[in-house]
Amino acid sequence: MRGTVAILGASALAIAGFAGFGIADEEAELVVEGETLVSRVAAPEWHPLDQLMSGWVFRSDETQALQLDDFENPGFAAITLAEEVWETAAGTSGKSCADCHGDAGEAMKGLRAQMPKWSETAGEPWTLEDWINWSRTEHQGAEAWKWESDEMLAMTAFIGLQSRGMPVNVQIDGPMEEWWERGKELYYTRVGQLDLACYHCHEGNYGNMIRADHLSQGQVNGFPVYRLKWGKLGSIHRRFKGCMENIRAVPYKRGSDEFTALELYVASRGMGLSVETPSVRN
Amino acid sequence: MKPRLMPAALAASLLAWVPAQGETVAPSDVEIVDLAVEASLTGAAGDAEKGRAWFLDRKLGNCLACHMNSDMADQPFHGEVGTPLDGVGDRWSAAELRAILVNSKEVFGPDTIMPAFYRDSGFHRVAEEFEGKTILTAEQVEDVIAYLLTLKE
Repeated sequence: MRGTVAILGASALAIAGFAGFGIADEEAELVVEGETLVSRVAAPEWHPLDQLMSGWVFRSDETQALQLDDFENPGFAAITLAEEVWETAAGTSGKSCADCHGDAGEAMKGLRAQMPKWSETAGEPWTLEDWINWSRTEHQGAEAWKWESDEMLAMTAFIGLQSRGMPVNVQIDGPMEEWWERGKELYYTRVGQLDLACYHCHEGNYGNMIRADHLSQGQVNGFPVYRLKWGKLGSIHRRFKGCMENIRAVPYKRGSDEFTALELYVASRGMGLSVETPSVRN
Repeated sequence: MKPRLMPAALAASLLAWVPAQGETVAPSDVEIVDLAVEASLTGAAGDAEKGRAWFLDRKLGNCLACHMNSDMADQPFHGEVGTPLDGVGDRWSAAELRAILVNSKEVFGPDTIMPAFYRDSGFHRVAEEFEGKTILTAEQVEDVIAYLLTLKE
């Protein structure tokens, strides 16, 4: 597997070099470690698009190849870190995640696919970061992690990995409906000096080049994502922030109600796509 | 002295009505009539060579981000979001191009993705650095128009 990917990667690079473009074959299948993930799926009825496509589909051949093999995937360094943290006692409780949850592969399976998820405790939806920090402070008696800290990124990647291959399936009715509507409103609201809303690029222009970037549908099923541009993993809210800065807007804060609502809405626009965490993008 | 001040003030207010050579029209004062802005924003003609540079500059026009332009075939990665600009100088007049650059929403409709390059208000959550500013200056708009008019087929 590893050898094949390396050869494929090298030839893709050569072809991309000759063509001057690194545009991928849009029909390629996303097969990770022998398991075929759903990277294209028919949209739910309420959805403005007909077909949902993972951001992986829009990436260059060489970037795509990095996600096919866990040994090649640069996001996996963080998985190794999180595996250790999972087993390490923290806070006044002296307990590790494993002490209560046991095997992450069993206990955390399916969680990423449902994020953000309603918290009865808080009476609001919580992102995976919120759930982790709640458990750290309430159960472990430990300090909350910063949103974009290496520990948080590693743990969200590790927990997300336990859902890899499962379809995104967030709740959008009941108490979530109000938040979903709020996220939808944000998605369609123009901001910044460039006066753009999410939908201008990611609904109306996915598949088109915006200079060297191949516009995707802005799906979040692979987060936290290892972005080559960042040289590390990054959260959904970091990506939202970057997008808003690009259009010369004042971004909302990571963990804000606005970004949580937007995450919920954007996640729902990817219903049925496989969780790809940790994915690799440009 | 006093009687002399009156005509001077009058002259000044007249100048505000009709911009003289070299005086720029403020973004809020630009009037788009019949999908066009007839008069130069600066009162002078633009410089096509400079306009070509603003067109390309990622922090200014960044037009190539969205528009293909064969005149810049040496540049990699032309955008596909907007229409190709080959022959744009045949299809539009200077006055029409001026209206599109100033505020394309008044020409293409409210849903267009194209930013307004000479508008400084009416936005939401603008980054502090750009608050109250236009993407291009009046002079740069005129330069870009001059350049676009050279794109003939």
